[in-house]
Amino acid sequence: MSVMQAFDLRRRSASSVPPPAAGKQAAVPVAKLIDVSKCIGCKACQTACLEWNQLDQPIGYTDGTYDNPTDLTTASWTVMRFTEYEHGDDLEWLIRKDGCMHCDDPGCLKACPAPGAIVQYTNGIVDFISDNCIGCGYCVKGCPFNIPRISQVTSKAYKCTLCSDRVVVGQAPACAKACPTQAIYFGTKDDMIAHAGKRITDLKSRGYQNAGLYNPQGVNGTHVMYVLQHADRPSLYAGLPDNPRISPLVGIWKGVMKPLSLAAIAFAGAFGLMHYVTKGPNKVTEHDEEKAAEVAGSDKA
Amino acid sequence: MTVHTKPVSRYTTAARINHWITAVSLVLLALSGMALFHPSLYFLTYLFGGGQMTRILHPWIGVVLAVSFLGLFLRFFMLNLWNRDDTVWMKNLGSVINNKEEGLPELGKYNAGQKLVFWGQSILIFLLLGSGLVLWDTYFASYTTIDQKRLSAVVHALCAIGAILIWIVHVYAAIWVKGTLSAMTRGSVSGGWAWKHHRKWFRQEVGKP
Repeated sequence: MSVMQAFDLRRRSASSVPPPAAGKQAAVPVAKLIDVSKCIGCKACQTACLEWNQLDQPIGYTDGTYDNPTDLTTASWTVMRFTEYEHGDDLEWLIRKDGCMHCDDPGCLKACPAPGAIVQYTNGIVDFISDNCIGCGYCVKGCPFNIPRISQVTSKAYKCTLCSDRVVVGQAPACAKACPTQAIYFGTKDDMIAHAGKRITDLKSRGYQNAGLYNPQGVNGTHVMYVLQHADRPSLYAGLPDNPRISPLVGIWKGVMKPLSLAAIAFAGAFGLMHYVTKGPNKVTEHDEEKAAEVAGSDKA
Repeated sequence: MTVHTKPVSRYTTAARINHWITAVSLVLLALSGMALFHPSLYFLTYLFGGGQMTRILHPWIGVVLAVSFLGLFLRFFMLNLWNRDDTVWMKNLGSVINNKEEGLPELGKYNAGQKLVFWGQSILIFLLLGSGLVLWDTYFASYTTIDQKRLSAVVHALCAIGAILIWIVHVYAAIWVKGTLSAMTRGSVSGGWAWKHHRKWFRQEVGKP
């Protein structure tokens, strides 16, 4: 993992100090573009992901759909989600490669309480640093896409790394490399947006009037983007959020609550101290003891 | 010459043990909870053996607190029911804070401030237990939705801050009002203390054979 230290950080979880890369020229933002209209659902990307990341997905069961496994797991960082979309006499098979979207404003990182357990490199990739992960599951609550999975074995959180270890040496992610139809592209974010533009023009010319790019602004854009045939309705694609954003509850919890709480505690402590200094202790007097003796005595007499 | 009255028994040994188990677990919960709540306090995780251990231990200490506090609740809730004198006492809170208790109604075992601490902690610990179970992913992750977990995180943090504030009031009151601490260390208070602060209770106590 020592190569990881070569990454420059843009953000670091639970850290109020400027990350090491502050003041340095940032890397060019990268992005993966997944063209759903070109995906044939072969799952080569899933296999490549398992292989490159040396993950072991135990054999499960089939639930009657093509989704296999049926959900993301600590080993399956990407899963093809198949949707049969019927409209009129038409049936469309929408196949979406699910996985971490690498939000530009990552909710997982915002929610994480462990310093340096989640980082964002200057190229935009969001990565989990397992060494620092404490397994609390806050990232699950922070994520607008329901991506991180906590291992029952190691109690650590796992998700797609966007093959940060490949990207740092100039390679495309394993999934992009393996895709036989080039439905997965990888490059600078600007190039990917430009390329998506061409794909969308093509799709529109073929009758997909609502074709478009999924690069949701609620999380300041993502470093994994989709070309969707029906970009007006992302939720058609196995529940892809229409307007993802970090939950306001997480915003409160990780925002105003932190300084206000410490201020309230500090104030209570200071109030007590000042009260003691100005008003002094509340003491039992000789007179009280005498009265007590009187009452106790008289009652007992 | 100092008058020495016979100490008045205030808490049984069992009640004191019950109290101190609650007290220690509450302090440990506050420390471990604050460590995971604010990054600036993350260093507190070292007290518990690191981040992972803090995450593992915190909910278990919470279970100890919940059980222990239930014991305190059952022991004392009857004595903490609100009455008319408590309302009068609360209206004169300013005098109390200024160390001027003369002219206040004679009180039973607890004054209104103590009762508010009791009910405040009862409600908050109940909410902390509920929201805490929702957040205890190791065993209960699959029972709730992510939105419920998010709400629980906010409720848990809010209630924890409330409980810490009440705890500060509770501890400060024991420092401020001299002669109080012995009630929880040795189980008794001086007659003068009982006469001054809880006269109705004192009369009942000495009235006993």
